[in-house]
Amino acid sequence: MLFTSYGFIGFLAVLFLLYYICPRKCQWALLLAFSYCFYFLAGAEYVVFLCVTTVTIWFAACRIEDSADRQAAYLKEHKAELSREEKKACKDRLKKVRLGWILAGILLNIGILAVLKYTNFAIANINGLLGAFGQTGRLSFLNLALPLGISFYTFQAVGYLIDVYRGTVRAQRNPFRFALFVSFFPQLVQGPISRFGDLSESLYAEHPFDARTVSFGLQRILWGYFKKMVIADRMLVGVNAIIHDADACQGAYVLVGMFFYACELYADFTGGIDITIGIAQTLGITLQENFERPFFSKSLKEYWRRWHISMGTWFRDYIFYPISVCRPMQKFNKFSRRRLGENLGKRLPVYLSSFVVWFATGIWHGASWNFIAWGLGNWAVLMVSETLEPLYDRFHQRFGAGGKAYRAFEIVRTFLLVSALRTFDCYRSVPVTFRMLGSLLTARNWNILWDGSLLGLGLSLLDYGILAAGVILLLTVSLAQRRGSVRERIAAKPYPVRFVLWYGLFLAVLLAGAYGIGYDASQFIYNQF
Amino acid sequence: MRMKKNTKWHKCIKIAVSAFIVISTLFMLQRLLVPKYVDDVVEGAFIAEYYQEEKDFDIVFIGDCEVYENFSPAVLWQEYGINSYIRGSAQQYIWQSYYLLEDTLRYETPDVVVFNVLSLQYDEAQREAYNRMSLEGMEWSPAKVKAIFASMKEEENFLDYVFPILRYHTRWSRLTGTDLEYMFDTKSVSHNGYYMRVDVKPAENVPEGRILADYSFGENAWKYLDKMTALCQEKGIQLLLIKAPSLYPYWYPEWESQVEEYAAANGLRYINFLELQEDTGIDYSTDTYDGGLHMNLSGAEKLSRYLGRLLTEELGVPDRRGEAHLAALWEEKIAAYEAEKEEQYRYYGMK
Repeated sequence: MLFTSYGFIGFLAVLFLLYYICPRKCQWALLLAFSYCFYFLAGAEYVVFLCVTTVTIWFAACRIEDSADRQAAYLKEHKAELSREEKKACKDRLKKVRLGWILAGILLNIGILAVLKYTNFAIANINGLLGAFGQTGRLSFLNLALPLGISFYTFQAVGYLIDVYRGTVRAQRNPFRFALFVSFFPQLVQGPISRFGDLSESLYAEHPFDARTVSFGLQRILWGYFKKMVIADRMLVGVNAIIHDADACQGAYVLVGMFFYACELYADFTGGIDITIGIAQTLGITLQENFERPFFSKSLKEYWRRWHISMGTWFRDYIFYPISVCRPMQKFNKFSRRRLGENLGKRLPVYLSSFVVWFATGIWHGASWNFIAWGLGNWAVLMVSETLEPLYDRFHQRFGAGGKAYRAFEIVRTFLLVSALRTFDCYRSVPVTFRMLGSLLTARNWNILWDGSLLGLGLSLLDYGILAAGVILLLTVSLAQRRGSVRERIAAKPYPVRFVLWYGLFLAVLLAGAYGIGYDASQFIYNQF
Repeated sequence: MRMKKNTKWHKCIKIAVSAFIVISTLFMLQRLLVPKYVDDVVEGAFIAEYYQEEKDFDIVFIGDCEVYENFSPAVLWQEYGINSYIRGSAQQYIWQSYYLLEDTLRYETPDVVVFNVLSLQYDEAQREAYNRMSLEGMEWSPAKVKAIFASMKEEENFLDYVFPILRYHTRWSRLTGTDLEYMFDTKSVSHNGYYMRVDVKPAENVPEGRILADYSFGENAWKYLDKMTALCQEKGIQLLLIKAPSLYPYWYPEWESQVEEYAAANGLRYINFLELQEDTGIDYSTDTYDGGLHMNLSGAEKLSRYLGRLLTEELGVPDRRGEAHLAALWEEKIAAYEAEKEEQYRYYGMK
């Protein structure tokens, strides 16, 4: 069920009504029922995978916590009698138990994700290798369906298991309540990847009807629909025209495509997240923000702190840090410092850990080489930037860079860099991406920017007008957000002003939204991950 | 206390005014954006025009372009005193014909229902545009709801029929003066459902029908023909099956035999006008405006004369020219009919 379908809006309306009618202590159970209903409608067979993840992670987390509690109780009870060695032995023994459970939980669930998502990718590569070595035999591809949002709910559940293992959260003993944490439907489609510690309190709390919260939630949903339906789905037409006929759309078209895709992806993903957070808000539930005006970043590093925040922090906390502090990496750290000197020696382990993170980020986005190339491209730029940072600092000091104009330059530079890296994602082929980026220097067809050729991309002048107005509005709202919540400020205006603004936005979605027959309303891009 | 009361009233008024603005602007926008079908594709307006009529018809035609372009109710009245109406629409599918019949029976029970069998060839809807032209004009009733559900293609949605603004939300970029002129009003574009064309394009080189893998009509088509037959029997209406003399789309002998068998098995009268060229006097060099697909005025009037005689003599349809009220109504309609005839003759340079 697409967020942009009438069915989904009807589904929400029914849930909303029942949610505030039913006894408050049943609200979480109602959400669970609707979440599973939502998932069932996406594909009955997928529910099995969701259940397996829920049950195994819940069980492993309970066992881990039991073990930790047992250890604490035992040590407390026998504090006086046990020697230091005995205490250590007890800790080691129970730590092994916990390690066994966490590894089992992670391996099983990441294993399911890996098999479903990456088997055919592996087969394609094996077949490629067989071909390269002159072998005629080929492995057959498997017909594996990828359950909706599997990457999101698997990461969320695994994150919870690690948190329980680390003792940062208590395990949820009620399997049904835990099932709601894994399956909460608004975030099932494209995140954010919530932490149990952040979400659980408001997810299980009783929520009385609060008109202000509900209206703020509805406003956020409307803003999300505007981004998705007026901007993203319209931009998609132009993007498709450019990438589907890549050879005919080289040079300046690639630049246009980069800009279109950056806008489309931003409007699509942030629009989807706005809808998600807005739905949760109408139900009284607070989800974490996933974006912080990323296109105002002055460097790629900053951009990644502000784009898809929940994914970035997930990789940081559950992959980067554990790898950085693991015993082999510590040994490698010592080794590289000894052999390569302090400066390069201390950087090398960071490069290595980051490499793993960015490889994982790339392949998480899709089982193909273009995503891996995209991830590693980001890694390379980030590592080069970090290595050259002292040089930049000296340059900034010497030339006094830091004024408004320079900051604007940095923002534009970062936008172009991000957009250029995104072309790997956009063209879905590494050789084509390199060829297209190369054509920027060779095609010399800049005249297409003003001679009307862009009208041949399936977008009329009116569409361009709507897109321009939409992008300007996005930009204006982003700028206004620097001074705090825009909705709060609108809420402080007189009623007629509020009414005109929100009803105007509603009419914009209704009349300029790319929906219905004639528009191939695309799924949210991040659904596919 | 007084303050509280004032605040409550204030809130109520605010909500009421907001609701009024929202509903009225959405209504106006919807009226503005829906196609008016008055100047280009007029076929979309036919179905709705029926509701403006005094519903006391002896004959009701249902079917696709082979009824609304091939028969003239004006001639049936003028020459036989038959009060008839055509509930036809472009590529009207048989399930739509059936529900239009159900819809018609909400208002009146005609003596004879004439159904053109060409639509038996379709077992499912072919294009959304045709669904729209047949269904949008229907007034809301259980029959309309059933017709929509029977017709919708995969990409269609019932809500788009309930709130057409959702379907036509992008038409604002193609609005013309006509959309404003006919926002709340409409003009009559047919003559009791007949779509008049006076121009001539002879039928030449009419292609043979392509070979089909299967000539059997689909289950769905038969189901609705059965329902139509049963409904007519239940209401005491004579169902007359016809095949208009259009040369294309090709009418296969295999189709013909299936209809003949059905008619014989159900005691229905079936007339294939393709086989009655001599009797009707149809001349494909002068009586068609699009190379044999549809009759022009001349062809439609010839067919109507033939059918009128049959309806009067064989099916006993009464001559009602003596009814003063009806005669007065028809006098107006004939005047409009003759006026358009003249206008079209002038337009096509035929006079």
